[in-house]
Order: sequence, then structure tokens, then C-alpha cells
Amino acid sequence: MEDIDLEEEDNLNIAVLSGKGGTGKTTISTNLALALGAKYIDCDVEEPNGFLFLKPNIVNTEEVMVEYPVIDEDKCTDCGVCVDVCQFNALASAGNGILLFEKLCHGCGACEIVCKYGALGYGKREVGRIEKGMGHGINCSRGILNIGEPMAVPVIRSILRNLDDGLNIIDCPPGTSCNVVTSLRYADGAILVTEPTKFGLHDLERAVELVDMFSIPFGVIINKDDGRENIVKSYCKDRQIEIIGTVPYSDSIALAYSKGEMLYATQDNRALFDHLAMGLGEVLEWT
Amino acid sequence: MKIAISATGQTVDSMLDKRFGRCQYFVIQDTETGEVETVENKGLTSEGGAGIAASQQLIDEGVEVIITGNLGPNAFELIEKSGIKAYKCHEMVIRDVLEKYGSGELLEIEESGPAHHGGH
Repeated sequence: MEDIDLEEEDNLNIAVLSGKGGTGKTTISTNLALALGAKYIDCDVEEPNGFLFLKPNIVNTEEVMVEYPVIDEDKCTDCGVCVDVCQFNALASAGNGILLFEKLCHGCGACEIVCKYGALGYGKREVGRIEKGMGHGINCSRGILNIGEPMAVPVIRSILRNLDDGLNIIDCPPGTSCNVVTSLRYADGAILVTEPTKFGLHDLERAVELVDMFSIPFGVIINKDDGRENIVKSYCKDRQIEIIGTVPYSDSIALAYSKGEMLYATQDNRALFDHLAMGLGEVLEWT
Repeated sequence: MKIAISATGQTVDSMLDKRFGRCQYFVIQDTETGEVETVENKGLTSEGGAGIAASQQLIDEGVEVIITGNLGPNAFELIEKSGIKAYKCHEMVIRDVLEKYGSGELLEIEESGPAHHGGH
């Protein structure tokens, strides 16, 4: 894995994650990006939905390519050394030739190194794409993993490796899988979005454990908040985790969401997200 | 001829495991000698491609027949290419599975079940 040299970059990347799915990562990311005048990056490449709200006109599309081994059958002796070295079970020997399962290949190159007969080379294939455009006056980009592809990391890495200068809001995938870990590797700070339910809290705890490993500042936004003392608030208090702010449980917000509208477009909610933006600056202590 | 059965335990008194790639053990019987040996499934600890790892292990063991619940698309492709015959069976004691196979009651697996991409 390549190292990230922040010294050379002139940007501030804030990852928005949650543990649990459906807590409001995209709602928070898109509206906060508007409030901050930041760039919006959708890294939830298996189901990117931020563009449903920001509705950018897409002006640029790039393919994401990955490498995979190509076997020269004239040179292959079916010795099976490449099968043994592959840690991802992308190669197998059926006793009558090497079989390739290209979707499992991580492109590590080990098989090419160990092949004594020069029978292995690498080709490239498309696994997804990156789209960019302007929506609601901000730069928007998203990664899309092609249907049927099991590995999202190459698409996520490709979009995050080339972030622009300035403030970037990164809408992460749910969970705490490799996909989220990859997204966090490029983050300077994080927002953990949760909801005051047992599932929300359970998965928030997992997300906190993960973010702790990166030693970056982070805070919590409670979505669908009931306005009372709830399990998420007491957890944050116990763990001394700062709450950036809350978004109330509200019919009008749910209705706007269901129509694909930006909350930031309405007066009341604009104030709400401006407030969250201020809270974010305080919690992450940016200057 | 060697017959491998995906299993939850290590003897012929254990139950058949309907999962192939992620079963705990393979109970392998040699039909000529009647001898039974058990191997831990290498697919169990694979990050991805469990069905491929399990198939490769059984190919390397020189197995000619596999009895399990379902085969995923990758395992199915590899097993078919290797010439191993795969048969379908539900969860029951392995001793009975072998008996059913012996009396020709088991059906051959002719298509793969759904893919399970997970754990990566």
C-alpha cells in the first residue's frame, strides 16, 4: 500500500462514516458540503446515492482499471507454483491447465514473479468508473463499482488518490470493512453519523474503534434525534466523544429526502446545517 | 476411489454440512480400502475464494467424488474442469450419506448455487 504524504497536499479531507447503514451519511455529507462550500466525494461505490440529491451535470467520466494475470498457455507447464503463491485464490489448477478467477485477483504480481517459464503477464480490465460534475454550485464526484465486481477498494482508492485542493467531504460506505478503512486512510478528520437506536449505538462503537486506530480528530452527529437524553448521548459522554450536533427526527426532513431534495435549499434546514458546519470546525479544531 | 463429504465434524458419525467452501472438515473415504480420513477445509480460513481453496484442496487430495449441499459458481467451474463428480445431499449423518451414494440415490450437481461474496 502506498503512503499518503499530506505535506505535499493542500487539502483537508473529512470522512463521513457511520457503522450502521441508513443513519444519514449521505444526507449529512451532501448538505454539509453545501454549507461549507466543500467538494462532495461519494465513496460508497457499491451504492452511491449522493448524486440523487446534488444532481450534478456530469462533465467527466474516467474508467477505473485493475490488473489481472494473463496466462500464455504455450509457455505454461501447469506446475502450479502460481496457484500456491496466490493468497486470494484467484488461480487454481484443475490438473489440466491453470484456471483464472480474475475477480478475486488483487493484482499483487506474486504469480508473475514466481513463474519460472515466463508464462504470466498482466492485462488490464475495467471494474468501475469515476464521474465528476457540478451540482448546487459545488464540485461533486462519485465512484461507481461495476455490477458483479466484488472488490470496491480499487475504485475508492482511485477517486481518493486524486483529490483536489481545499475541503473535501468524503461520503464513506457503511460498516467498518476494507472499503471504509481505505476511505479513512485519506482522511484528516471524521464525522461519525449515528441515530439514537440500539443498532445505531452498536455500530457507532465499531466505527469509533476503527477511527481510533487512525489517530485523527472526530466527532459525532446524531441524526433522527429525539431531543432527549438518549443512549448515544450517554455513550458519547462516557467516552468523552464530542457531539458536533444533531438533526431532529422530522417528517418534513423525511419528506424532502424522499423527493430527492437538498435540505439545505430550505430556510429552516439551512440554519441547521450552517450550525453543524460551525460545530464541525470547533470539534475538529481546524484553523 | 476417494469420496469427500463436507462435514461439521471429523468422523462418519458427524453431520454433512450443506456449505461447501466454508464447511469445517472434509471426511474422505477411500472406497477400495474403506479407510476414512478427515482434513480441515482450507477454504474456512480464506479471506475470499473459499470455494476455490476447498476445491483445490480436494483436487490435490486426488478425490474423484464430492458430496455437499451446494456449490458456488467458482467452485462449480473448477470442479467441473477437473473432472470430479459432485453430488447433492441434505444434512444427515455421513454414514447414511455414503450409503445413499452407494445405492445411487444421490443426484449430480449440474448447476451452481448463488455466489457468496463476503468477508473481504
